[in-house]
Amino acid sequence: MLRKEIRAIVSASSQQGWVLEPEAKRLLSLAGLGVPKYTWTTDVEEALQFAEQVGYPVVAKVVSPEILHKSDQGGVVTGIDSDEKVSATFARFSQLLGFAGVLVEEMLSGVELIVGAKIDYQFGPVIVLGMGGTGVEIYRDTTLRMAPLEERHVKAMVKDLKAHQLLEGYRGSEPVNLAELTRMMITFSQLVMEIESLIDSIDLNPVICSENKCVVADARILLKVA
Amino acid sequence: MNFQALFEPKTMAVIGVSLKNERHPGNVIFNKNFHRYPLKVFPVNPQGGVLQGEAVFTHLSEIPEKVDLAVIAVRAEQVANVIADCIQAGVGGATVISGGFAEINRKDLQDHIVAVAEEANFPFIGPNCLGIYSPSRVDTFFLPSERMVKPDPGNVAMISQSGGVLVDQMVKFADEGVGLSLAVSIGNKAMIRELDLLYYLEKDPETRVIAFYLEGFGKNEGREFVIAAGQCAKPVIVLKAGKSPGGSRAVSSHTASLAGDYQTFSAVLSQFGVVEAKNEVELISFCESLSTYNRSIEGQIGIVTGSGGHGALAVDVCADHGLSVPILSEKVQKELRGNLSPSVRAIASVGNPIDLTGSAVDDDFVAATTSLSKAPEIDCIIALLLPYAPGITMDLGARLSQVYQRQKKPLVAYVPHVDKYRMLTEGLEFNRIPVSPSIEGAVLMAEAMRRCQPC
Repeated sequence: MLRKEIRAIVSASSQQGWVLEPEAKRLLSLAGLGVPKYTWTTDVEEALQFAEQVGYPVVAKVVSPEILHKSDQGGVVTGIDSDEKVSATFARFSQLLGFAGVLVEEMLSGVELIVGAKIDYQFGPVIVLGMGGTGVEIYRDTTLRMAPLEERHVKAMVKDLKAHQLLEGYRGSEPVNLAELTRMMITFSQLVMEIESLIDSIDLNPVICSENKCVVADARILLKVA
Repeated sequence: MNFQALFEPKTMAVIGVSLKNERHPGNVIFNKNFHRYPLKVFPVNPQGGVLQGEAVFTHLSEIPEKVDLAVIAVRAEQVANVIADCIQAGVGGATVISGGFAEINRKDLQDHIVAVAEEANFPFIGPNCLGIYSPSRVDTFFLPSERMVKPDPGNVAMISQSGGVLVDQMVKFADEGVGLSLAVSIGNKAMIRELDLLYYLEKDPETRVIAFYLEGFGKNEGREFVIAAGQCAKPVIVLKAGKSPGGSRAVSSHTASLAGDYQTFSAVLSQFGVVEAKNEVELISFCESLSTYNRSIEGQIGIVTGSGGHGALAVDVCADHGLSVPILSEKVQKELRGNLSPSVRAIASVGNPIDLTGSAVDDDFVAATTSLSKAPEIDCIIALLLPYAPGITMDLGARLSQVYQRQKKPLVAYVPHVDKYRMLTEGLEFNRIPVSPSIEGAVLMAEAMRRCQPC
């Protein structure tokens, strides 16, 4: 049961081979995953209005079909805490290759995880969970299971992580909401099973988990090469 | 598909024997089965003639009896016709020894023989394989009998994509006293694949453990395999080749990089309770252990030894493999010490590992092993037996196996691989207690039980 709108987002992106972040967020949101409040705009005034509305600090990310890895191109700025900084960031991003607007988002805090999916040649869809952020390939603290996931799989995956204590509350920090994480992982696994034939891999990195919720702060959906 | 004709044939035709070349694979296969196996073998070559005093049939259709198994050792281009002949003659199944198919980019020839066979639901192993070794029944390996090392008949089945690895593995099985129920080299696995044999072996009453040497699966084939293996009531062990990443394929997502081919393979196997052997040593230890102990444990190990150093080394290896060596309760320690001989009682350490010292005699090992068997905090015992000490006799192996028979707590042993201690080892192995020639191997035997979920 592939929802129409999800299919529409994917087919609109098929030319460039991956889904622009704001569109990826919309897709995930349609599937029932939590995403931050955001606006996607080419108008700096709109960006300022949004920042005022959600409150500083905010995050700004460049949207460009030419830029798959935004951090590598200086296309992500976190902790923006003033109108001046919003305007300056906006001006800089607009010079980047293929500029198609700026994504401004509320800034969230919590434990940064990576949740991913890959269509494996031998085993079909598999789901990855790990400690996220930009250092994910350095720490490589990850685990994976063949999809579809059940609750017991997610529980075991959390235990697999070397840093699992960081999720369970470490030295006075609040534990992340494991029930929400579980719900999120299972929902994601169902989505992946549905769109298996259309995708190559998905990175949700970081997924920011706090004691209340798990939110997909960044998403990269790579489509299957036709 | 019915595999009985393949693995339990009463009659066999070897198609493609040579009248000129004694070393031709077909001739080797004909000879060894003709002389040494309890089935009727018929040589086939269009030119006719005589082989080992037997008339060579010019065509399959001339054989006066129904043929169960055909061994096909003709050139690749002729295989499709021979398979068609087999189907025509009502042969039960075939093993195609011949190479010259997908492995040299002749996938077209391979697809053709599969199409011919599938239309008639005719099962064949291969091509490009050694085929079937079914102890005391049939042997289609084209290796002269005097060159092969054959394990005793037993309850481990091994399926291999590589014939060479299989033959070598059989040497190691024989060395370690692991018995085989069936060995199949599936080569290019054009028709019969791992999954088909998993289903067959799951029902085979002679097989208790199913081991695979794998190089890789086809598209989504791994998914089907792990789901089936996860539901199989028998332990499934897999040794995988190709663990290092192949080439420098560009990967543009973190997930694709983190979930490399091998990482995925390994993680998914363990998700479904398939025991992955990381190397040949692990494969042998896992097979030996699970062929006796068809059960899973938490991994609370009791260690009994006559050498404190061996005990300490074994504790380290246990820790490396995620097994714990818990300190025994006061009650168990007290009882254990009380059952030792007076001279040992005063000097033994009984906390775990239990060091009975070089003064220990057989009775002390029996007493300590019995106490460990009764201790609820222990679910597996590792006995490190050093026959160098004067109080140890060659009877100890058989006596410890009796402890297992009475108490039923899994027991594995380390005995140095020295010919003069063979009787001690056999006293254990002949009574189905797994023995390793290394401490590491003994620990792996315990680990096998911890990792095997469906047991």
